[in-house]
Amino acid sequence: MSKVTQITAKAVPVRGDDIDTDRIIPARYLKEITFSKMGDYPFYDERFDEEGGQKDHPFNKPEHQGAGVLLANSNFGCGSSREHAPQSLVRWGIKAVVAESYAEIFAGNCIMLGTPAVVASSDDVAALQDLAANKPEVEFTVDLEAMEVRAGDLTVKVSMPETRRKALLEGTWDSTALLLANRDKVRDTAKKLPYMGWAVV
Amino acid sequence: MAKNTLYNKVWDAHAVATLPTGQTQLFVGLHMVHEVTSPQAFDMLRERGLKVAYPERTFATMDHIVPTKSQARPFVDPQAELMMQAIERNTAEFGVNFFNFETGKQGVVHIIGPELGLTQPGMTIACGDSHTSTHGAFGTLAFGIGTSQVRDVLATQCLAMDPMKVRRIEVNGKLGPGVTPKDVILYIINRLGVKGGIGFAYEYAGDVFDDMSMEGRMTVCNMSIEGGARAGYVNPDQKTFNYLKGREYSPKGADWDKAVQAWSQLASGPDAEYDEIVRYDAGDIQPMVTWGINPGQSVGIHQPLPAPDSFEDSGDRQSAELAYQHMKLQPGVRPDELKIDVAFIGSCTNGRIEDLRAAAQVVKQGIEQGKRVAQGVMAFVVPGSMQVRKQAMEEGLDRIFLQAGFEWRGAGCSMCLAMNPDQLKGDQISASSSNRNFIGRQGSPSGRTLLMSPEMVAAAAMTGRVTDVRKFSAA
Repeated sequence: MSKVTQITAKAVPVRGDDIDTDRIIPARYLKEITFSKMGDYPFYDERFDEEGGQKDHPFNKPEHQGAGVLLANSNFGCGSSREHAPQSLVRWGIKAVVAESYAEIFAGNCIMLGTPAVVASSDDVAALQDLAANKPEVEFTVDLEAMEVRAGDLTVKVSMPETRRKALLEGTWDSTALLLANRDKVRDTAKKLPYMGWAVV
Repeated sequence: MAKNTLYNKVWDAHAVATLPTGQTQLFVGLHMVHEVTSPQAFDMLRERGLKVAYPERTFATMDHIVPTKSQARPFVDPQAELMMQAIERNTAEFGVNFFNFETGKQGVVHIIGPELGLTQPGMTIACGDSHTSTHGAFGTLAFGIGTSQVRDVLATQCLAMDPMKVRRIEVNGKLGPGVTPKDVILYIINRLGVKGGIGFAYEYAGDVFDDMSMEGRMTVCNMSIEGGARAGYVNPDQKTFNYLKGREYSPKGADWDKAVQAWSQLASGPDAEYDEIVRYDAGDIQPMVTWGINPGQSVGIHQPLPAPDSFEDSGDRQSAELAYQHMKLQPGVRPDELKIDVAFIGSCTNGRIEDLRAAAQVVKQGIEQGKRVAQGVMAFVVPGSMQVRKQAMEEGLDRIFLQAGFEWRGAGCSMCLAMNPDQLKGDQISASSSNRNFIGRQGSPSGRTLLMSPEMVAAAAMTGRVTDVRKFSAA
């Protein structure tokens, strides 16, 4: 599992609070039994009309193609627990998200994919979004060691839960192996739980 | 940091270890699985050569993609059929309990867990579905997870978790007639906002929740996530124990007494400390209706829709503007001026037997007044599970709905998220007893959703417009 220390890429601003997971990926695309095609779908209904024609959306703009840093506002990813939402963003090319705040399940799903989701202040996010919109060629660096985002003349402080930061920096964000290592302790804990032994028939 | 709350007791009992990242390894007492968020997780197990660690604590069903008109196989939608075959194959191969149609126990995961007695006080419960918070009604710590976390629970019965804060939400006094649990939770979300709960578990307490039925508590806990709280719970009491007694997976014999004794120790004690406490007065809560594109954008039935500039926060103002644009509505309009095209009664929020009884009661009153489903309105009822459906039919509720012109369907998630044939068309507007009014949620990118209680949906179906259920009953 790879260590994630810093990400440098162009950025794409997607403005607005409370952008829910149904907007990030409409439920009809959840009928696929693998994640392989999810990269085709992020913000689908906001990017395409019913005939498939392109609408005005940052993900459609030629200057944001190849962007790897998503700049969003507050409560990003609220709603459903569908991992299809971060999967669609990551498979489109997003490698890090900077936002004012996240829905808890969405942020947890990002970390499971090794994708940093860091928090910046409202003013800083606005400044970063303006920069990415006005100068889309500028490279943004999300630095998890310094906990800052650098882009052009801007340097802004960012935060994320220390546990998640550590998981990314140490390359232990894929938690299955960590959890499996404690098999014996799991058995001990389970043994002490009263309901594990109750008869149900 | 909260102390001595139910949250703390359940968390501590299930904490296995501290991981090198500093996260807690938390044991999961009950893992519910459904067809949409699990196939990739089972594939990951195969890729890594892992088995399901505790198959006896893992229960699967299918709900999201299930068609509600005809459940004959193969499903008409080839993608849905493939997804069904995947869960059949995965549960068989990995030895996971599976409630399919043949068992008579299929239904929405959050309906069947409680009705089968799988959901028990003091458990940690996880499911790849955000409305897992529903199970908190029983004094559990229950929350939604993503698919990679489903993989973790399948492989290890554990999750890597960060602790939550606890906000106690007290609602005291008595609810007025016609004011339902759905109205209570919509009111709370309206007051605390859709992001107010980020990082929190909500503890619902006070007279209103003490007096509330288990079904009502489930409705409230179900929508915790709509307020940003990943989990919500009610402290278990005698009502909880009575609900569970005799259910299929409830403890039996001598174990029942042991269970009740253990469950009685779980409630947050008088010495409990909270990160936050908020208090509301039951008398301030009216039947609620959402008008926007998130569940916090709601008003009491007699309140005019708010002007965007009435919101202090600039983000809320922008959300309101986007909401008016999408909903094609104007500030100042009153909810009871809004006409509807579709009426949907069902979902993990309001698809339980008590919801159907309450809605049928309203429909019955309508029939007695010579009303039926209004012309041009497509109204349908989707029981939350096969068992709810059977019970409702034994009570004759289906006949009341059918007589009034509602359709009576098979169990599933249906138009709550429209991953099945039940979808809005174009910019149709629905009165819906479900939980989310997000843009595109009910299957049409331009579709519009008004969330309300099942009683209010029933009334709206028969008048063709949003209607104060209290006046409907009195008319």
